Amino acid sequence: MAALGDPTRRRVFERLKSGPQAVGALAVGLPVSRPAVSQHLKVLKQAGLVSDRPEGTRRVYYIDPRGLGALHAWLDQFWGQALVAFQAEAEAEAKTDAGTDTDSGEEETS
Amino acid sequence: MTRTIALAPVRRSLLVKVRPEHAFKVFTSYSWWPKEHSLFRGNPKQKSVVIEPRVGGRWYEKGEDGRECDWGKVLAWEPPGRLLLAWQINGKFEYDPSAATEVEITFAPEASGMTRVNLEHRYFERFGETGAALRAGVDDPAGWSGLLKLFVGAAEA
Repeated sequence: MAALGDPTRRRVFERLKSGPQAVGALAVGLPVSRPAVSQHLKVLKQAGLVSDRPEGTRRVYYIDPRGLGALHAWLDQFWGQALVAFQAEAEAEAKTDAGTDTDSGEEETS
Repeated sequence: MTRTIALAPVRRSLLVKVRPEHAFKVFTSYSWWPKEHSLFRGNPKQKSVVIEPRVGGRWYEKGEDGRECDWGKVLAWEPPGRLLLAWQINGKFEYDPSAATEVEITFAPEASGMTRVNLEHRYFERFGETGAALRAGVDDPAGWSGLLKLFVGAAEA
């Protein structure tokens, strides 16, 4: 979830939790320039975490209410991480089995 | 305007240097599960995750204080080749029997006693049926955005 890896970007995302906001309002109190906030929003948008819509002459940003894209991305990362843990566990146990006894192989001989 | 959003399944595939029987056994023993991934959110700490070995069996986690929290159920139990689970965890990261995405794990033998493990998590559009909950979950610091932070922390550590 690289989109939220940057601390400032995470703060921008956090701020949107209270409701839709324009870039100017989001930038207030953040230690970065307005264009930098726009850049962070662009990344968040590409990641499916944030959407935007025109409101009068400005553009407001909000957390993508569908959230599915983001959830999808989270689960994709999550399963990747979890399966690596599973792989390590399965192979470690196999090693232990092979080292201590040999009866585990009998039933599997084809 | 309502939009139906059909998302591609999450697919993961890996080779494990053990036979399918062993891979299935370890996978369903759940000893490998990252314990921070718990609907208890740390209170209590997760003790274990259980998949009851039969169709219709429960899939749940146990806390160190003995409490249990359902995650879903077993839709297919076919050792050593296939496991199909209903992931009934909604966007608020709460057990919700009205939402059921599917997680299918297959274990196929490969050369030299290895196993190809394929995981598919699908039917995300069913989360749309609990769209309100999902929206709330995104907004809730205790919800998945909180968990997301946990994950980001782990990924960056």
